[in-house]
Amino acid sequence: MNAPDNARISLLNRTTPSSSLGQVSRSTVGELVDEAISIIREVTAECEQPVLLFSGGKDSAVLLQLAIAAFAPARLPFPIMHVDTAHNFPEVYEYRDSLVDELGLRLVVASVQESIDTGRVVEETGPRASRNRLQSVTLLDAIATHKFDAAFGGGRRDEDRARAKERILSFRDATGGWDPRRQRPEPWDVLNARIRKGEHLRAFPLSNWTELDIWSHIASTGLQLPSIYFAHQREVVKRDGMLLSIGGPVTLEAGETSFVETVRYRTVGDMSCTGAVRSDAVDVHTIVDEVAAARITERGATRADDATSESAMEDRKREGYF
Amino acid sequence: MTTTLNLTPTVATAPLRIATAGSVDDGKSTLIGRLLHDTKTIMEDQLASVERASHRYGDGSFNLALLTDGLRAEREQGITIDVAYRYFATPRRRFILADSPGHVQYTRNMVTAASSADVAIVLVDAVRGISPQTRRHTYIASMLGVSQIVVAINKMDATGWDREVFDNIAKELNEYLASLPRQAPTLTIPVSALHGDNIVDASQHTPWYHGPTLLDFLESYAPAPSNLAAPARLDVQWTLRDYTTNFRAAAGRLIGGSLQLGDAVTVLPSGQRTTVARIERGGEELAHAVAGQSISVVLADDIDAARGDVIVAHSDSHPKTATQSVVTDVCWMAETPLREGDRLWFKHSTRSGRATVSIVHRIDVDTLKAEPVQALELNDLGRIELALSEPILATSFADQPETGRLILIDDRTNTTAGAALIV
Ligand SMILES: Nc1nc2c(ncn2[C@@H]2O[C@H](COP(=O)(O)OP(=O)(O)O)[C@@H](O)[C@H]2O)c(=O)[nH]1
Repeated sequence: MNAPDNARISLLNRTTPSSSLGQVSRSTVGELVDEAISIIREVTAECEQPVLLFSGGKDSAVLLQLAIAAFAPARLPFPIMHVDTAHNFPEVYEYRDSLVDELGLRLVVASVQESIDTGRVVEETGPRASRNRLQSVTLLDAIATHKFDAAFGGGRRDEDRARAKERILSFRDATGGWDPRRQRPEPWDVLNARIRKGEHLRAFPLSNWTELDIWSHIASTGLQLPSIYFAHQREVVKRDGMLLSIGGPVTLEAGETSFVETVRYRTVGDMSCTGAVRSDAVDVHTIVDEVAAARITERGATRADDATSESAMEDRKREGYF
Repeated sequence: MTTTLNLTPTVATAPLRIATAGSVDDGKSTLIGRLLHDTKTIMEDQLASVERASHRYGDGSFNLALLTDGLRAEREQGITIDVAYRYFATPRRRFILADSPGHVQYTRNMVTAASSADVAIVLVDAVRGISPQTRRHTYIASMLGVSQIVVAINKMDATGWDREVFDNIAKELNEYLASLPRQAPTLTIPVSALHGDNIVDASQHTPWYHGPTLLDFLESYAPAPSNLAAPARLDVQWTLRDYTTNFRAAAGRLIGGSLQLGDAVTVLPSGQRTTVARIERGGEELAHAVAGQSISVVLADDIDAARGDVIVAHSDSHPKTATQSVVTDVCWMAETPLREGDRLWFKHSTRSGRATVSIVHRIDVDTLKAEPVQALELNDLGRIELALSEPILATSFADQPETGRLILIDDRTNTTAGAALIV
């Protein structure tokens, strides 16, 4: 039997998928894609005001790609939110804005600078100062202001030992806190999205993806990423064993010298605490090989925020961090 | 309907999901640490962090368990509180490992881990033998429908590699497994997680054991293929609409067999019949879809198929009528006991509503006897009957797991209080 005329017309009029998002059907990790899409649809159906947390990093780019795939050809039924420290890489802002433009997304910017200006948080000082931790307050304030009841994040369990403990649908109390000792049981894939007013949920559709899964998915689907993920020349300084890019919040301290190095980023966060790695990988296929051979985790290699203590991520998550 | 099917790579490359089970201190985290260590999947910074923690929380000797005990409280107390998920791959296969807590009080977290596992590894301490918690975890793993149980009799080094000790425990646990309501194939292996015997490399100390090492087995294990000949079912999660083009599609994850363009389908509960005009996955068109794929379907006729509705391929084996009464085997996971007449929320696939409880019995996991009780306490396993405010298209868990299970939600705390399998 043929499709009736109205369906036929609508198929002809469909908007073509955006080229920056690539083709999800070619993914080499298809089962994880199906799991993620199912979670995204389920949480969207069960919650009233979801939002997708978008940092411009590779994980949130994959998350956004799959969220759009979950609802295509319809519009994404929720906005995306960027918690902006004002210390992100310029390339990441460009990437964010071009995607928002091209895809016609609704973007909410939650500004850490505003939280500082209004006295909600106090800026750290000194050479190791970072706005990383301040983001939790900005994020929770924005969730309350916009009455979001579910926030999708690109967190993966293989990133960190505290994340390895988290549920796919993770409950946050009225203060935004995560209590790892009292997580709700989560049998099978039957997600319990019940909350009271003022509480919210974090949903992690990419929980079961590894860094290699992400890269191999990006390579196979053709998803575009910010340019800093690929090898390029950059002026850096070596600080606490990490290569930090000069610029934005990072300036040379007494006794330090900068140098130009061929680097790329394995994660994307605040310029003040995200390190680059030496690499010649200029395309995504070389990166897949590099990640497959890596002997250091991405956060271990590149995040000063997690190097501060053994439970750094757990502590930040308890306070409401991503 | 054509019968040619291509197995997509989706099905072929799905990672194998494994959960540990067993009593406290039987070596679950060490086993996982060993598996990761000997397959060289631990990164240098993780090793360094375990070394630091080994000094801080122990006598300084390298503690493999600290790899998965990721919470501060876990490291301080030296116990596992909640499931830790670890990911690793060998050249032959990708794995998702869920490390479960052994304490009775954290049984709910073990349920979480075991519920999504293909294989459960039940650890037994060879020196202490089988404990009530070993039996409880074995019971739960089997009840939740894992398709394979591996019994790893651990700490064999501490018995001087005594074959008799191994044989006795193996016999006792295998007898227990054979008397459970649901059987899963079982393999029993003598191991030392601490020293690595029979985990990745075969042991010098067990010339009397002729089976595979744990990793050999896991790499070659073939889960029963999802039944592609079974009739397809799509529980509608969401309707995709584009008002400007008058486009409408029903989105959900395909359960059961496969769905082809042009297939005749019925929308339940309305019972209206139509055919499949278009199938999409990730916004791209497909000629056919297989079980497990998240798809959207355009129906040929203008029929309403919204969240809560179910689209099924024509077949005799689907439930045609929804039910408001189900008998279930339940694991109770809340501190507040479940009493006769209690009213809770339930969620089954895409439907939710109220459930009124009537208790049939409780199972004593040691004797496997069913006993009449007034209430199910925390971590009790039992059978209950549920009267539902909303009709559901239920199957028995044995027939179709995805639609044979539901969760019970406590309406005072909103926590997930029960995991229930439809009998
Ligand atoms: N810094 C930051 N992180 C965010 C923001 N929104 C979401 N995140 C989350 O931060 C986590 C880090 O992932 P992401 O930055 O995408 O990948 P990375 O580049 O590998 O770090 C993910 O869980 C994101 O969902 C944001 O506005 N700012």
